[in-house]
This record gives sequence, structure tokens and C-alpha cells, in this order.
Amino acid sequence: MTPAEQPPALQVRGLTKRFDRVAVDALDLTVRTGEFYALLGPNGAGKTTTLRMVAGLLRPDAGSVSVLGIDALGDPVAAKQITSWVSDEPMIYDKLTPLEYLEFVAGLWGIDPAVSEPSARHLLLSLGLEPHLRQRCEGFSRGMRQKVALAGALVHEPRLIILDEPLTGLDAVSARHVKGLLQQRVAAGCTVIMTTHILEVAERMADRIGVIAAGRLVAEGTLAELRQQNGHNDTSLEDMFIALVDTEAAAA
Amino acid sequence: MSSAALSWFARHEIRLAWREWLAMMTGGRRGRKRAAVIGLIVFVAIMHLPAYAVIGRFAPLQAPLDKSTLIVITATIFLAWALMLSQAIESVTRVFYARADLDLIMSSPVNLANIFSVRIAAIALSVIAMALVLSTPFVDVLVIGGGARWFAAFGVVIAIGLSAAAIAIALTIMLFHLIGPGRTRLVAQILAAIIGAGFVIALQIAAILSFGTLSRFAVLTSDAAAAFAPGAGSIVWWPARAALGDGEALLLLLAGGLLLLGVVMAVFSARFADTAVRVSANAAPAQQDGGASRFRGGSRQQALRRKEFWLLRRDPWLVSQTLMQLLYLVPPALMLWRSFSDSSTAIILITPVIVMAAGQLAGGLAWLTISGEDAADLVATAPLPPARVIRAKVEVVLIAIGATFAPLVAALLFASPRQAAVTAAGVLIAAASATAIQLWFRVQARRSQFRRRQTSSRLATFAEAFSSIGWAATAALALSMPLVAAVTGLMTAAILAATWKISPRRT
Repeated sequence: MTPAEQPPALQVRGLTKRFDRVAVDALDLTVRTGEFYALLGPNGAGKTTTLRMVAGLLRPDAGSVSVLGIDALGDPVAAKQITSWVSDEPMIYDKLTPLEYLEFVAGLWGIDPAVSEPSARHLLLSLGLEPHLRQRCEGFSRGMRQKVALAGALVHEPRLIILDEPLTGLDAVSARHVKGLLQQRVAAGCTVIMTTHILEVAERMADRIGVIAAGRLVAEGTLAELRQQNGHNDTSLEDMFIALVDTEAAAA
Repeated sequence: MSSAALSWFARHEIRLAWREWLAMMTGGRRGRKRAAVIGLIVFVAIMHLPAYAVIGRFAPLQAPLDKSTLIVITATIFLAWALMLSQAIESVTRVFYARADLDLIMSSPVNLANIFSVRIAAIALSVIAMALVLSTPFVDVLVIGGGARWFAAFGVVIAIGLSAAAIAIALTIMLFHLIGPGRTRLVAQILAAIIGAGFVIALQIAAILSFGTLSRFAVLTSDAAAAFAPGAGSIVWWPARAALGDGEALLLLLAGGLLLLGVVMAVFSARFADTAVRVSANAAPAQQDGGASRFRGGSRQQALRRKEFWLLRRDPWLVSQTLMQLLYLVPPALMLWRSFSDSSTAIILITPVIVMAAGQLAGGLAWLTISGEDAADLVATAPLPPARVIRAKVEVVLIAIGATFAPLVAALLFASPRQAAVTAAGVLIAAASATAIQLWFRVQARRSQFRRRQTSSRLATFAEAFSSIGWAATAALALSMPLVAAVTGLMTAAILAATWKISPRRT
């Protein structure tokens, strides 16, 4: 199957979620297979709610979610088998070591230990956690915990990786390790969808960028396409982002 | 540091203690302050009835007392002191580990010895305040029945509260220096859990070994205890004499308590700062685990069960609670052992104790495995249906309960196969009921929030307690009056059905 024939990694149609107000408003979003997609937006724009619905953590009020051609609402188990989710707050077990945590994650995804163990060791090594393999996570810094959570998200070889602010709390070296790992996965054919407030990361790493405000996608494209839409070829992503968000706020 | 600044800090400490108490009573929900205070007042008012039943007959007592009475009163005061010590140890560890303000205080331009003296005094104050509230129904009953002289008992509560707080602080700081901050947390939790229970259980063991009964009073009122006790003028009887209205003994006790707390403040307030620094530097020591390190295969449920067993084995609360439950089981186990050579019918008492312990332990285990999920997102995004996740967690609870209580049931089998069968059924039903209640009232929480589990849903807490008591009574009655057991069994089942009907998972 050529890339053009492959189903999109993510296809969202009319996705809606309401809490005390509308958080996601009939959102349409398509992310191609093998793409690094950055989802930007101000606080409370609906980014995390959207991604939590895609990951199966929240049930949408309306709309459809398709992950690599699988109806994620109709067959969530099949969709989850090929997806991984990393939240901004690393949720790991304090009383487990990184190796034990990865053994558990691999077991949950039903991965053969002969495959998952070398993969786990390689991931922890790549993320600089080798000296801490047998230490319980309770003493880890926030950055170390985030790296363990990320290793957990990658150990079962997902085809769609969804990350909500994965670089929060990481030092420069760790952030570079993480970015390198994610780029390797994209090069190997995985799809990465990431929210971030660090616009420079989106600018450098993303193939395409989506900007979400008030639960709707207000702009989407490559950096060059966004600049073209904005009418200034030399504008930085930060300037464009602020202009887009201000326009939406004024319209609201 | 000026006295105004110190009094300002004291007010700050009291406000923090009040809010911690309020958060514990309201389950962290806002807008329930009035309900919590009214609930406390109603609780204290209702407690006058059991207080009258337990202590009413002591109200007419007058000095001089015989030795047996002095021993009973002194033992009761010692039990209260042990419980206060337990609460004080809890408060001290909370100040060191749970309060997030140590960095702020230690980086501020204040005299740390002064400020930690205030903090020590605040711990003592909160321990005494709680003890005064809880002792009020008992002292009221004594005052109503025996006159105003019994008001002196409040003074005794204050004096033993001062000494309990002082000893808790000294003990905790010494533990820090002896075994380090990491281990102190676990040891202090275990100490706090078993100190109060330990005294009662020691008396029960003495009663069983000497008199073949579970009654603690058998030991306290025995001729042997009276012969062993010191003379009437001994310092040991000061608390009892003070409670009866002896002003001199009360003043000496209060002075002793204040002096002890003052010495602890003088000696340890400076070390409090050092200890706090060591805690923040070693908040979570790097503990090594995992020997073989080979990943194990198996189904997804097996992976979940393995993870739950890992976490349960390493859970400090569970270690302390299991130790406490096992401690409670020592007296009935001793009874069981004695019954091999003695055909006492008291052996029937073992069954309700075991069933009750199983229900209580299962409730805690079920909360830890079902609600206390630290990586809820990970489990929710795993490719397996939620029902299978829940099934694996329930299996863990039942396996753990089975492993804990199987040896006792097996020992009973030798004494009475029928009783063993009834006990096994009781353990299974009580554990399943407590687990079901936790399932119906499950909330997503971190394991470290375990302390708040009983306040997050009062209904679940009461239902769990009534269910354990109900099944324990049913098991005991099944051995002696089977027809009555059918009635209590149906009543307990009805309580469970009503709990299910009004649970959030049902509505």
C-alpha cells in the first residue's frame, strides 16, 4: 500500500464535547500517516479534550473518530492496540522501577517479552535512564518521570503516538533525546500528534501545524502554508499564532 | 523574632491544622464546613449514650480507691495516652512529609528554632483539642453522675496530651537520626497504627494465657495484678487520682506535661530544622528492586494482577494495616491454640473476629486496587475492555484475602471442621461484600490519598462497616443459633442491596 492509499492515521469528523460549556465544537481534523502533526492553541482551547477523546479517555457527545481506518468509538480495543497516549502529567507507579513499569505496559498491550524486553532496555538507554533501571520511580524528578512515561508509550510499538505537552519539565538534553526519539519513530512510519506551548518545537519538528481555538480548528497547514494564509512570508509562528488567536477572540 | 511574629505564626499553624481536619471530615469538598461542625456536635451528643454504658458505673467512685479500681482507671488513661501518642506521631510525620511549606519557612529570614517551637506547640495543641472533643461525652457522664470534681479529668486529658505530643516528637526525630528519613516514614506509620491496638491486645493475651478469656478486665482486676502493683502513694496513680479531683496530683501532672514539652522544644526545635532539611533532601530514597529482571509473559490480566501484587507488597499503608489486622488476630489465634487442650466454647468467638478482619482488610485492599490507580490514563488507554481490568483487580483482592486467612481457617479445621467451613464462607462473603461496595463507589484517586478514602464517601464507609459487622455476627450465630443467623444474614444482604440501589454506579 502506497502512502497515498493508506487510510489517514487520524480522521475526526464533527467531534463535539460539552462540559459546562462547549469544549470541542464539531471539530474536523485529518492527520496523515507518517506525519508529525503539532496541535497548538491557547489554554482552554480544547486541545487536550480533543486528544483525550481520540485516545479513548473521554466519550464524545457527537462525531466520529477513525484511527488508521478503525472506528475508535465502535471498536476501541482495536484502536487502542495501535495507539499510545502520554499526558502532560506523567502518570507512573511510584513503587515500580522503570523496568517493571515497562514490563507492565508491554504485558497490557500483549507484547511478547522476547520482543518487549530488549526494546524496553533500548528505550531507557536512549532516554538516559540506564543508571536508574532498578530504582523505584518515587525518587525521580519530574523530567525523569516524564521520560519513563514516554518510554512506556513507545515500548509497545504504537503506530499513532499522541502526546500532550511531552516536553514540560524536561531539561535541554532530555528534551533533545525525546525529540530525537519521536523523529526516529516518524521516520519509521509512525504518526505523531503533539500539543505544545513551545512554538519553536512545532516550528522545527512538525510537518503540519493545526491551530485550535474555542474548540474549532482555525488554521492548518505547513509552516509555509500558514505564512501564506497570513499574508507575510517572514512572519514567525509565534506572531501568526498570536494573530490567529486574537482574531478568534475578537470574533467570539 | 518578635512575639507578635510568633503569635502570627501560631495563628497560621492553627489555621492549617483546622483546615487539615476540615478537609479530612469533608473529604476535601468545599462548602461543607457547617455540615462537618454540625456532624461533629451530633456525634459528640450521641456518644453520651455509649459513654454512659461504658463508664457510668464509675461516676460515684470516691478516693481512696482500692488497688483494682486504681489499676482499671490507670490502664484506661494509659490506653487514651497510647491513642494520643499514635495521633501525635501521625501529625509529626505529616508535618515533615506532607506539608509543602518547609522550603518556604526555611528560606525565610526567621529564627528556625523559634518557629519550629511554635510548630511543636501547635502539634500538641491539635492532639489535645481532638482528645478533649472525644473525651467530652465520657467526662460529661462522670460529672453528671458523680459531681463537678470529675471536671479534673479534662485536666488529665490536657496533661497526657502534652506528654504524648512531646514523646511523639522526640521519638520521630530520634528515628530520623537512627534509621534515616526514608525508613522513618514507614516505621512511624506502623507505630502509629499499632501503638493503641498493641496495649489492648497485650491485655487480651495476658487474659487468655492466665484466665482463658478474652476479657481485659480479668487481668486488670486480678489478685496477681493487685499484688504486683505499687503502693497507694506511688507516682503511677497520679493520673487516676487527678481524674478523681485530687488538685495536687492534677497540678503536678500538668506541670510535668508542660515541662516535658518544654524540654522537647528546647532540645529538638533546632534539630527540627536539620531533620526537615534531611527529609527534603531524601524525600524519596532510591530504593532498589527487581532481581531477575527478565520480563514475564502471560495474558493482559496476568500483567495487571502482577502489577497490583507488586504495588500491594510495597505499600506502606498496607504493611501497617496488615500488621494491625494480624495483631488483632493474635488473641483469637491464641484462644484457638488453647482450645486444642481445652474444650472451651469460647473458641466460637474466633469466627466473628476473623470474618470482621477479612471484611475490613478487603475494603482497604479493594480501594487501593480499584480506586487507587496512579496511572489511570495508561490503564484506560490499554487495549482491553474495562470489565476485564476490574475483574483482574477484584481477583487480586480475593487472592490476597485468601492467602492471609487460609492458614487460620486451616488451623480451625483441626479444631472443628464445621466452624472452619462457616468461617471460610464468612471470610469469602465479607470480603466479596466489601469489594463490591468499593466497586459501586469507586472514584479515581491516587494511592497516596488513601487517608481520605473514608471521608470521600461516608455512605460507602458506613456500608462497609455494617456489612463486616453483619457478616461477622451472622457467622457467629450460624455456629450457635442457625435460625437467628438466617435473619441477620438477610438483614446484612438487605443493607448491601440498599447500598447498591443508592450507589453512584447504579443511579
